[in-house]
Amino acid sequence: MTPASADLSPQTAWMLAVRDGRDREAFAALFDHFAPRLKGFVMRSGTSGAQAEEIVQEVMLTVWRRAHLFDPHRAQVSAWIYQIARNRHIDVIRKERRPVPEELGEDPGTEPDASQIMALDQETGRLKQALERLNPDQRIMVEKAYLGEMTHHEISEQTGLPLGTIKSRIRLGLERLRHELKGMR
Amino acid sequence: MTAITHHTPDAMLAAYASGSLADPFALVVAAHVSLCPECRAALEAHQTLGGIVLETTRSEAPSAGLKSSVLARLDEPAPPEPHYRRSGVFPGPVMAALKGRPPRWKSLGLGVRQSMLSADRDGSVRLLYIPPGQAVPDHSHNGLELTLVLQGSFADETGQFGVGDLEVAGSDLEHMPTAGVGAPCICLAATDAPLRFKSFLPRMLQPLFRI
Ligand SMILES: [Zn+2]
Repeated sequence: MTPASADLSPQTAWMLAVRDGRDREAFAALFDHFAPRLKGFVMRSGTSGAQAEEIVQEVMLTVWRRAHLFDPHRAQVSAWIYQIARNRHIDVIRKERRPVPEELGEDPGTEPDASQIMALDQETGRLKQALERLNPDQRIMVEKAYLGEMTHHEISEQTGLPLGTIKSRIRLGLERLRHELKGMR
Repeated sequence: MTAITHHTPDAMLAAYASGSLADPFALVVAAHVSLCPECRAALEAHQTLGGIVLETTRSEAPSAGLKSSVLARLDEPAPPEPHYRRSGVFPGPVMAALKGRPPRWKSLGLGVRQSMLSADRDGSVRLLYIPPGQAVPDHSHNGLELTLVLQGSFADETGQFGVGDLEVAGSDLEHMPTAGVGAPCICLAATDAPLRFKSFLPRMLQPLFRI
């Protein structure tokens, strides 16, 4: 662990310990935090408790096996796990792999840049506040969209969906991210 | 490589992030994101919001044995996951759809070729090969059509599309894309409904070619 790790969120610190040190205690902590959320999340879309647990199990094992692809400068742990959960859930339902973009792993040996990770944390915190300030109907709409309960057409039609807010809230973070990505090509 | 100017619409990225985009379109979006840092960043923004929904949604306690059974499986060898890398002009997700093999082109006449990647009731997705300067016959579609340029370029009534550019055509667009001069144009194209060609191939042949 670097001295900067004191400034990281517990989830990010656990995830880095799993990624870089194959730390089982940190993995157990991630499990305690995310497994109940994942189970609730998966069950909300009508999946049975038993199948939800199967998916939770697959997601957490994927977190362990693909930890090397986690890049804290680009993703919050929750965002990274969200994406794994959506992929696994769909793979289980359709019994087929869904198309995914090429991976951009972090360069091995990159020291975590705490200031950049914290900036991403802060942007995410602001986004979370923006979500909390929505009226309940809008908020339910956003949740439905990201739970995969709305089609592309419904999302396009749903003018109440604060996609504009999302964009402007994380615009700065995104611009930085985009420059980083361009630098990697 | 010139800069990408035609991007994935935001609502489509949100639908892709949440897994609600049908596979033919999901493949095109995944391929575009593989080529476009800007849309990758925007997609990751949607995943960030998805992560917040995951963090704040109501929890359900896992059953007692779940944690120990996951911990016990950490040392299991991971099941082999086929991993497809970009090859030539084809991004990783397209190579995955091709299962690592080169496309099997079928002639459509006039030098135009296609290689069907998948076709079912969700729609179809295929690779198209259009010789330089050749027009793809005038067609309209019942639903949505996404076209991603992988090599060369094409132009139609709505603009100019180069490598990495994504055209989103709604059912209202009746267009006649024409490949640019230079390299042959290779595109990845997905539709959620059969195309309606006005000429070119007799309509009765369409089921045969699955277009
Ligand atoms: Zn783009």
